[in-house]
Amino acid sequence: MKLQRNLISTLVAAACGLGGAAAQAQISDGVIKIGVMNDMSGLYADIAGPGSVMAAKMAVEDFGAAKKGMKVEVLGADHQNKPDVGSTIARTWYDVDKVDAIFDVPTSSVALAVNQITKDKGKAFISSGAATSDLTGKACSPNTIHWTYDTWMLANGTGSAIVKTGGDSWFFLTADYAFGHALERDTTAAVTKAGGKVIGGVRHPFPGQDFSSFLLQAQSSKAKVIGLANAGGDTINAIKQASEFGIVKSGQSLAGMLVFITDVHALGLNTAQGLIFTESFYWDLNDQTRAWSKRFAAANGGKFPSMVQAGVYSSVLHYLKAVEAAKTDDGSKIIAQMKALPTDDPLFGKGSIRADGRKIHPAYLVEVKKPSESKGPYDYYKIRATIPADQAFRPIDQGDCPLVKK
Amino acid sequence: MTEIFGIPTQALFGQLLIGLINGSFYALLSLGLAVIFGLLNIINFSHGAQYMMGAFVAYLMLNKLGIGYWWALLIAPLVVGATGVLIERLLLSKLYKLDHLYGLLLTFGLALIIQGLFRNEYGSSGQPYQIPAQLQGGQNLGFMFLPNYRAWIIVASAVVCLGTWYVIERTKLGSYLRAATENPQLVQAFGINVPRMITLTYGFGVALAALAGVMAAPVYQVSPQMGADLIIVVFAVVVIGGMGSILGSIVTGFGLGLIEGLTKVFYPEASSTVIFIIMAIVLLVRPAGLFGAQK
Repeated sequence: MKLQRNLISTLVAAACGLGGAAAQAQISDGVIKIGVMNDMSGLYADIAGPGSVMAAKMAVEDFGAAKKGMKVEVLGADHQNKPDVGSTIARTWYDVDKVDAIFDVPTSSVALAVNQITKDKGKAFISSGAATSDLTGKACSPNTIHWTYDTWMLANGTGSAIVKTGGDSWFFLTADYAFGHALERDTTAAVTKAGGKVIGGVRHPFPGQDFSSFLLQAQSSKAKVIGLANAGGDTINAIKQASEFGIVKSGQSLAGMLVFITDVHALGLNTAQGLIFTESFYWDLNDQTRAWSKRFAAANGGKFPSMVQAGVYSSVLHYLKAVEAAKTDDGSKIIAQMKALPTDDPLFGKGSIRADGRKIHPAYLVEVKKPSESKGPYDYYKIRATIPADQAFRPIDQGDCPLVKK
Repeated sequence: MTEIFGIPTQALFGQLLIGLINGSFYALLSLGLAVIFGLLNIINFSHGAQYMMGAFVAYLMLNKLGIGYWWALLIAPLVVGATGVLIERLLLSKLYKLDHLYGLLLTFGLALIIQGLFRNEYGSSGQPYQIPAQLQGGQNLGFMFLPNYRAWIIVASAVVCLGTWYVIERTKLGSYLRAATENPQLVQAFGINVPRMITLTYGFGVALAALAGVMAAPVYQVSPQMGADLIIVVFAVVVIGGMGSILGSIVTGFGLGLIEGLTKVFYPEASSTVIFIIMAIVLLVRPAGLFGAQK
């Protein structure tokens, strides 16, 4: 019985494989299917979640797919931050639902799994939400583009800026999975390069709830800076509890290595003021970002976009341009076409995609405003420095990506 | 400075105290579960959602009505307890004749629905709730800085836990309750309204969860999944203490908080699993739990 079932599934898989080969060189099934996979219900749902699906739909609309005679469908799914769940969704999407490209996928452990599956199946994966710089480093793939930000960008922007202002000894609170480890590794490199040193760290379970024990350990380390190598609800709780335990008042400072505008909104300016971190998008950068973000917020219950959601919009737009130019939705060809086309959209401006899959654009070192400086909801950041596109990301020859010829 | 396994004793005291604070939440929540299971035989999986509702009621009272923490401590448990009474009357009461599993499935489904509704309305990042003015600041104990609010959590939860234990184990009302679970027909024959007593007991258990929620609001974000993160641990606490044992759940709640606190110092990566390891060991050695009656 079991053998029989295996046989059938092998046959089905083989048939699908043949069908796929025959349908290359054009739009498969006549429909371009975009799958937006992220955390729809857990601690990262506000950063990406349903807002990312909406951003993808806005991109399809703004691209004018219907007018151009292209049929585009957007699907959404919840990977619950679990690599096994994400892998199952990716396989089902590719094999059963005929999805052509997967977008977003925050939570690095899930993104690395989807990266591998996409490569095996020759489809396309454009990640906005994931952080690990390994996606364009040792795990880079000809079928993957990493869009919005990565751990190297965060580490380099925030880490070196803080060391330069005197924060030269660090203690890490690290989320114990692929993302936290990558962020800690990249930040350690940036801090050491800038002349600082790392004197300790603790890896906390993900997701965490109570950070007071870890904060006390950080306190007794006497490090000048406590680096939070975590994200979303974990970062929020850690910052909130650090203020409760008087960590900042006693002279240590907090460095949120990955903070989103939704986190600042959740913390309130009273608690979040003075935090310094790096983002690659802020709604209040120019007229175009303001116009788009207000449109987004109006459709999103008043919540302004995070950089991840902005990245989904921008990456879907570029993907559709590439499909239009290449007249195919074949994964490997489309990724090659996306790399060949220069990028240009209202949110991230002009940019490009490197051979290793890294999308290049400027990054911004921001500081959270004091409550008195803010004019209203979401008026939260002062831009302290703009890191130009050619310096914001890891140099292409330092990532050990096999796609890059040395 | 003296050290134990390479950790200065002073730092260790701090960590033990933190463990005790987390243990207070475990004790409060597992107490409610134990009361409900002990007296109703219902495995209340919506306990985490009801804890979250308590926190949200406090948040909404502050932001919509301007009512502060202290009143919330009283009103939120009443409001959430009332929803518990409704759930018991309309849904749970239909299930008493069936297997435990049905009650578990129903309450689990309810928890998912409630969390989904709140997430839809308030998002997942959570809402801020300030520590009440009277409890801001903290004391320097020499070995650590203890925020006043955390000290309050330990005291308040110890008082509530002991009070509940006293009422159920040492008063006449408590003896009625215990008798009603042993033999409802007989107790009813003595003229006591058993169904009403059971309804109110469920309401009380739920109110305890809501109370814990209000107490948690200022330390954690008020977020829809705050209870889902906690409930599995709390169930482990109840199982270790012995299903339905009031004293067991209190002692185990505080005790496991301490053990978890120590794990966070010596091997933080395991701090989320240590409770389940202990659960497995206890189930092997004493299947009815540490304080449970062997049947």
